[in-house]
Amino acid sequence: MSQMKISPETVDWECATCGRALELSKVHVAYLESRFTVELLRCPDCGLVYIPEELANGKMAEVERILEDK
Amino acid sequence: MDQKELREIENRCIQEEPAWCMAECPLHVDVRLFLKKMAEGKWDAARKVLDKTMPFPGILGRICDHPCEKKCKRGEVDAPVAISELERACVTFTASLKKVMLLPDRGKRVAVIGSGLSSLTAAWDLIRKGYGVAIFEPGSYLGGSLWNLPHDLLPKQIIGDETALLQNTGVRINLKAAITPERFEEMYADFDAVYIGQDNEIACDFGLAQTPSGRIRTDDVTRAASRKGVFAGGIPEDGSTRPSPVLNAAQGRWAATSADRYIQNVSMTAARPHEGPMKTRLYTDITGIPPLPRTPVSDPEEGYDKEAAIGEAGRCLQCECMECVKACPYLEHYKSYPKSYARQIYNNLSIVKGDRKANTLINSCSLCRLCETVCPESFSMADLCHNARQEMVRVGKMPPSAHEFALLDMAFSNSDKCALARHAPGESGSAWLFFPGCQLSGSAPGHVTQSYSYLREKLGNRVGLMLGCCGAPAHWGGDAKRADAVTAQLKAQWTKMGHPRPVLACSSCMEMFRKFLPEADPVSLWEIMAREGLPETALNARAGASAVAVIDPCTARHDTGVQESVRHILRETGFSVAELDHSREMTECCGFGGLMANANPDMAREVIRRRAGQSPLDYVAYCAVCRDHLATTGKRTAHLLDYIWPDEAGPDPAERKNPGYSLRHENRARLREKLLSELWGEKTEETDACEKIVLHISDEVRDRLEDRRILTGDIQKVLFHVQNGGAHFKNPKTGHWLAVHRPLNVTFWVEYAPSGQGFEIYNAYCHRMIIVEEGK
Repeated sequence: MSQMKISPETVDWECATCGRALELSKVHVAYLESRFTVELLRCPDCGLVYIPEELANGKMAEVERILEDK
Repeated sequence: MDQKELREIENRCIQEEPAWCMAECPLHVDVRLFLKKMAEGKWDAARKVLDKTMPFPGILGRICDHPCEKKCKRGEVDAPVAISELERACVTFTASLKKVMLLPDRGKRVAVIGSGLSSLTAAWDLIRKGYGVAIFEPGSYLGGSLWNLPHDLLPKQIIGDETALLQNTGVRINLKAAITPERFEEMYADFDAVYIGQDNEIACDFGLAQTPSGRIRTDDVTRAASRKGVFAGGIPEDGSTRPSPVLNAAQGRWAATSADRYIQNVSMTAARPHEGPMKTRLYTDITGIPPLPRTPVSDPEEGYDKEAAIGEAGRCLQCECMECVKACPYLEHYKSYPKSYARQIYNNLSIVKGDRKANTLINSCSLCRLCETVCPESFSMADLCHNARQEMVRVGKMPPSAHEFALLDMAFSNSDKCALARHAPGESGSAWLFFPGCQLSGSAPGHVTQSYSYLREKLGNRVGLMLGCCGAPAHWGGDAKRADAVTAQLKAQWTKMGHPRPVLACSSCMEMFRKFLPEADPVSLWEIMAREGLPETALNARAGASAVAVIDPCTARHDTGVQESVRHILRETGFSVAELDHSREMTECCGFGGLMANANPDMAREVIRRRAGQSPLDYVAYCAVCRDHLATTGKRTAHLLDYIWPDEAGPDPAERKNPGYSLRHENRARLREKLLSELWGEKTEETDACEKIVLHISDEVRDRLEDRRILTGDIQKVLFHVQNGGAHFKNPKTGHWLAVHRPLNVTFWVEYAPSGQGFEIYNAYCHRMIIVEEGK
């Protein structure tokens, strides 16, 4: 899961509610019986977490698959 | 599945059965592997195969009477492979590389009388098993009558070299030994077992029971003589006077096995069914194999030279079965065959902790049953995989992503939005019940409407209608509970409607109805059409039309009545019908069956691509899913109903696009609305607010959504969520918005911008992993 990293400088999204730029922060993610901590971009005010497309279709999908076969 | 069931299942797959040559060889030399190595020119590797099984390959490789050749499958095409000559070439051109390994000394001793091939073999096997062995040979050299063979066939030097091996391993050799009844008694007293080789005549009465021909009587398998601890071999088979070198060697080997067991005081007969020539259940298809004449020996005295030997070995068919693997891209993909898959699946189910590596293998089978149709032993991957899936669901180890999409699709089809069960308008009972199935309703709802009015016209008005899904997706996915719930609901409706006879337009529904509601005696729409005659539209549609190839769905594999009806309808409609190589009983799945396309989309794509390439003719399918899957490849494919009601099908039915998942949903829901309004004069309930959200989606994005199994309904839910205060992102550079929402088990992300009355959708993606919110 350590490879679920993203580089913040390429991300233009900002939180629509709070109007804040996103910042890297430790986030818990879970699937089936497993739980991890990863660094993801999130709104520093409301905590909304951003998952980029490459992550969802790439590493995340891969990890989901591995966990499903556990 | 327990170990016993696994064995029974494994035993059905005959791929690992011995080739005929090996089965017939009394020693079971792996002739097929030997010939493979020879054909590859790998001489040492070929020699290794002989050394592994054959005692004294230098001798036996030259003089073997090769019973294998008469069973060689190549012989059924033209002439058997010259196995014997090839063994001779191999032992001529190679030296043994074998390292002799002796087991630790057991402190027990065996006397071996005589030194023909059977005695030499017994001595060779016993010394390696850790016994002290002493040979008593009445003559003045080892080998007996081997020395009488022509020098060209068996050079004297070889006899000397090969028998020297025995001396090197520590066998005590007594030449010019007097073999008398008294001496025999001494041996019997001094040694733990005695072997008597009868390859060469020994003038001695051992006081043992004899055959009418004066040979020592022995048990066929154990070679045990009438006295405990005495074994004999080197005896021609009943009725044969010619000595068989390979049989002599084998008898020596069997006797050595028995002597070992006798001395260790264990059963001499247990687990020995495979000794000697045996039957094999192997199947090898030889149709279409071109004849190839036997390579003549390069020199009648010297035998093959290297090049000729390689050429002759290349004639070996490398007999194997692989019938199912040849027929099925799925079985081919995992690079093995059902026996090994059964083991992998068993292991997968038995895992307590660790990776379940066979999940995808289990979930990718289309359950189409082509394997069991082509298998000489009816091995069923479908049953194997289906049982495994049920087990996985039962213990909660089915990967959620494998089938959930299809199960949700099923649930949608059976929801109030799409499902319907009515008597015909104005009727209070039904003699018949049209059940078009969810896929035809999703793919071509107009055909459902037309078929329903056709049926009422032909069968009288008492034809009820039931819209919904038969439960096949849950059944295929191994979700017995969900499947049972659907079929129970279906049965209850059918009962409530007064047990009308179902008319089905889908072969998968037919399979399900026959399984769960056989008493309803379902009949296919195609059989009704063939019997009752076609509507005018069909007869006018394609007068003088060209040839088409029929695509039989895998679920109609054994339904000859349906197959015939469909062909009859096509001919009536003006087509000439061509048969694909894989049609009727041998038909292939389109990749949807068994939920293959859900669990393994890449494999499903490969399967349908292969199917699309089987004929240049236009295809006609009578399963809506086969039709739509073929359409995704660009293959010109129409549905049979496209030619019966051409007005519903557009200008060129064979070019009709696959509607995709989202439109299928819409089509089903609209079909229900339309029928309710037009036939029963009922207005349906208001649609949900979120369904009113208007989306603008380019074809490119639509294709991407289809690939990712994201429905427009999912996108509407995300946008509705945002409209009601759901969090989202904005991108000041592009002016796009990004919303996220998890309505059920999948989180959807949608990139969009307001556009006119609705939204332009730029992208969407999804994942199953959950972001755990703070404090949870």
